[in-house]
Amino acid sequence: MTEPERDKKYWLEEPKNQNKVFYCLLVLCGLLAIPDVVKLFGVLFQTEGNFELKSLLKFYSIYGALCYVALIFIAKWLRPVLLRKEDYYD
Amino acid sequence: MIEGLNPGTILILGALLVPLTSGVIRSILLLVLPILALGQLYALGLGVWGQYEFLGLSIEVTRIDKLSRIFGTIFCIASLIGVIYSLHVKDTVQHFAALIYMGSALGAVFAGDLITLFVFWELTAVTSVFLIWASRTERAFKAGIRYLIIQVTSGVTLLAGVILYYQDTGSIAFEYIGLGSLAGGLVLAAFGIKACFPFLHNWMQDAYPEATVTGTVILSAFTTKLAIYALARAFPGTEILIPIGVVMAIFPLIYVVLVNDLRRVLAYSLNSQLGFMVIGVGIGTELALNGTAAHAFIHILYKSLLFMCMGAVLYRTGTVKTSELGGLFRSMPVTMVFCLIGAMSIAGLPLTGGFVSKAMIMSAAKDYGIVVIWLVLLFARAGVMDHAGIKVPYFTFFGQDKGIRVKEAPFNMLLAMGIAAFLCIFTGVYPAFLFSLVPFEPTYDAYTAGHMLTSVQILLFAVLGFVLLMRYKIYPLEQPATILDFDWIYRRGLKSLTLAIGRLILVVWGWILGVANGALGAIINVTARTHGDGKLMARTASSGRSIALIVAILGVVVVFFYR
Repeated sequence: MTEPERDKKYWLEEPKNQNKVFYCLLVLCGLLAIPDVVKLFGVLFQTEGNFELKSLLKFYSIYGALCYVALIFIAKWLRPVLLRKEDYYD
Repeated sequence: MIEGLNPGTILILGALLVPLTSGVIRSILLLVLPILALGQLYALGLGVWGQYEFLGLSIEVTRIDKLSRIFGTIFCIASLIGVIYSLHVKDTVQHFAALIYMGSALGAVFAGDLITLFVFWELTAVTSVFLIWASRTERAFKAGIRYLIIQVTSGVTLLAGVILYYQDTGSIAFEYIGLGSLAGGLVLAAFGIKACFPFLHNWMQDAYPEATVTGTVILSAFTTKLAIYALARAFPGTEILIPIGVVMAIFPLIYVVLVNDLRRVLAYSLNSQLGFMVIGVGIGTELALNGTAAHAFIHILYKSLLFMCMGAVLYRTGTVKTSELGGLFRSMPVTMVFCLIGAMSIAGLPLTGGFVSKAMIMSAAKDYGIVVIWLVLLFARAGVMDHAGIKVPYFTFFGQDKGIRVKEAPFNMLLAMGIAAFLCIFTGVYPAFLFSLVPFEPTYDAYTAGHMLTSVQILLFAVLGFVLLMRYKIYPLEQPATILDFDWIYRRGLKSLTLAIGRLILVVWGWILGVANGALGAIINVTARTHGDGKLMARTASSGRSIALIVAILGVVVVFFYR
């Protein structure tokens, strides 16, 4: 490992560009969600039959984001229970 | 090609030459052996060789069918990649142990009977531990001992199961066994230990991160996938495997979020991926078994790719702790690209191998008709994004710059990573290659618009979740720590219990000794009082007195008893 030297600034290091990446992701997600949104209208405004919760499971985008956030929150919640010092077993 | 020679024995016999060579000749030997084994595998074709009668048991040393061939093929490829990755290592023990380990895993895959399987099964355990001990640290030594105990337990359990199975059926053929008897239960338990079933899994997360840089890469490919192969052979369609697989797929993901050591993160993620395969075996349809075999194939590629990337980082920087890494894309850009390819493949993005194999298992789960399994697999797919897609590449190569400036990984490491990365993409772009290897006739198309859209949706929205959590500082901060898992039971719980029992035994033993001492002392005292010097029983008397006493006694007898 050498001492950190003043090397060239990378494109990704600018906070401005990091924001750009974030907005690109938002736009991409928005585009991907279009089929789901259309489907959602279909479910909400269907003229016959009752609204079924099961049909919501077809919305993979919502499911993906929810699963991920749920996972992180479960982990955060379990952390105080499971966390010990690094040399716990030594 | 030697007629009927088990391809695994080529690596094992070749290993015996390793101590006699050095330098370039050893490198050539190491590289040639996996290629020879692969050549032998395909030169033989499908069939059965080496049948012997031994003590009334029918041994079948080499059996190649489509199920064993796909596992054998990927084992040969993984051996080659592992050998290339470790070419710079100048440690005879590691080369020797690694070759025998890889050879015995390969040999076990082609074993046609349970005794041959057992021999190779134990050989993988005994040889692989040297890859852990080769780190030559105390931590590694202790982890290796724990690893060895658990692995040998698996072997002994297998042997017990095989003996009972032979008693029940009179056969030792390695075919469908099923869970019908105690024998089946024992064999399943033995396989389950190596396949990291819940509560039997900790040996992996314990030992793999302690092995050498190259050792972990080699270890990650063989032991667990050998167990998956054995399950697919002996327990297809065993329904208990489905809930087991479900727990395996989800539970490790929580640990992935919390654990700091990135090789341990990858070990947990490996465990989760094994869950997919165990579910596939449990479903047991042709599509599910095809998916399991294909997933094992792809999984070995991307998992060893990720382990290789982390190994390269460890090799150059001396650490793979999330809390110490960051911003490495400046120093190791090529490794970063390979890591991203591995990450995309484990996440199952379209055009990577992971997409095809995961889609097969998920479709099989959907056809099976239990919605929960399907949802769990979807959850695992979103969750996989955390460690694979995000934690490993992001915290290592991007994230906060920790000022680490190192050289790019050595050429042989990059070459090995490149081969694995190429195959990850190749199998995704050209799945026909994968389909030509799977055990049953493939009738599946992964690349439907629906599949692609839904998987990209799930993955990208998981990324969105991560980005939002990071942006609003909700994502848990990485910090050096030990995260408790089930191994606490035997590393702390059982240890304390044993120590307490030991102390109790010491106290009881001390008490027994005290009591015995007291009793002995009392006896000695009493004896001393009666038989001691000058005491009653120790006095001497003259013969005259004695005769007088005897005459007196005789007199009494005569007077009172003579009639």
